[in-house]
Amino acid sequence: MSMNRRQFIKLAGISTILGIGGVSAIDRVKGSAVEAAHEGVLESEFPNPLIAKRWAMVVDVSKFKTEEDYQKCIDACHSIHNVPCCGTKKDEVKWIWTDTYEHAFPTQENEYIPGGIKNKPFLLLCNHCDNPPCVRVCPTKATFKRKDGIVMMDQHRCIGCRFCMAACPFGARSFNWRDPRPFIKKQNLEYPTRTIGVVEKCTFCFERLVKGLQPACVEASKGALVFGDLSDPSSEVRKILSTRYSIRRKQELGTQPSVYYLIGGIENA
Amino acid sequence: MYNGGKIIVGLIIFVALFTFPFYYNIGKVNAKPEPKIDTPAIQHLTPEDKHCVQPKSFMRGEHMQLLNQWRDSAVRDGNRVYDGMGGKKYYISLQNTCMKCHSNKKEFCDKCHNYMGVTPYCWSCHIAPKEKES
Repeated sequence: MSMNRRQFIKLAGISTILGIGGVSAIDRVKGSAVEAAHEGVLESEFPNPLIAKRWAMVVDVSKFKTEEDYQKCIDACHSIHNVPCCGTKKDEVKWIWTDTYEHAFPTQENEYIPGGIKNKPFLLLCNHCDNPPCVRVCPTKATFKRKDGIVMMDQHRCIGCRFCMAACPFGARSFNWRDPRPFIKKQNLEYPTRTIGVVEKCTFCFERLVKGLQPACVEASKGALVFGDLSDPSSEVRKILSTRYSIRRKQELGTQPSVYYLIGGIENA
Repeated sequence: MYNGGKIIVGLIIFVALFTFPFYYNIGKVNAKPEPKIDTPAIQHLTPEDKHCVQPKSFMRGEHMQLLNQWRDSAVRDGNRVYDGMGGKKYYISLQNTCMKCHSNKKEFCDKCHNYMGVTPYCWSCHIAPKEKES
C-alpha cells in the first residue's frame, strides 16, 4: 500500500492528537503504594566522631570458629546498610562475605598448608587500599579516597560503568543489576538503599564512625575484628600488627590493602 | 483553493481544540501549592525551636543547593555537622534530619514538585518516611 502526502499528513495529525491525550492518561494509571504512619524525631546528639589518619582492620582468623561467627558479622553489615539478598549468584550484592584461603590468597597457597587453614572460610571485605585501582579508573570520581583512607562511594555520581569492578582485584564491588528494594528483607530507615545501575561496596561504616561508633561488623564480631588507626603507633591495630605475623590479600599487586589477616599457627585448625 | 470550505472548517476546529485549555481555565484561580508543615514532630517543637535550619524564605528558594552542599559535605568531606540558623547545630542527613521533621513527603515535598513538574531522584535511594495514603 502506498501513501500520498495528503494521507500521511492526516495520519500524522490524528496520531499527534491521540498522543497528547495518552500521556496524561498513563500518569493517572500509575498507582502509589500504601504506607503506614511514622513518628519523627530530631537528631539532637553530636557524639565525638572517630577520627584517624589511616583506618585499618585486623581480622583474627583464629577467633572465627563456627559458621555463626561469620554470619553475625555479615548480617550486622548487610542489615544496617540495606544490602539486598536472596538473588541469583549473578545478581548477588555483597559488602562482606566469605571465601576459601585458596581464593582469598591465591599466590600464597601451597598444597601442604594445614587443613585447618586451607578449608577455613575467610571473612573478606573491601580492603580500602592505600593505592586503590578502583579510584584511578572511575571516570566520574564517584569512588574516591577520603583523607582518612576510606575508599568511598558517592552513589549520586555513579553512572554504573563498572570500570571499578574490573579494576578491583578483590571482587569487593557489586553491581545493582536490578532494583534492590524488593530484595531488602527489612529496611533500615536510617540508611539509604541503592538504585538500579550503581556499584556498591563496604564503606568502613563511615556513617557510624562519625557518630563515634565502630563499624557494624567489628561490633558484632566481639573482638575477632579489630578496627583502628594505622598511623597511630599506640593504636590497637598497630599493637597487634607489631606483635603478630599478618598477611594481606594480593600484596604483590601493590595496592596496599588495609585489611590484615592474622593467620597464626596450627592452633587455628 | 480546492476544498476551501473543508480546510477552513478544519482550521477553525484545530484552533478551537488547541486553545481549549486556555479558554477552559480562564477566570479560574491557579491554586498555589501549599506545602504542609503540621507534622507531629514539628508540632512538638517549642516555639523558639520551630524553624528550619535556615529561614523559610531561604529554604523555599535554595533548598536544592543546600541539599547538594549537605550531600557533598556528608559523603565527600565526611562532615556531618551543619551550623544552622542562630548557631544551632544540625546532623547532616536527608533521611535522619530533614525527613524526621518533614515526615509528610506527599504533603510537603511532592506538593510543589508536582506543581512545578520536577521529579528529583532523591527517593530512588533515600527511603521516604512511611505515611498514610491521602
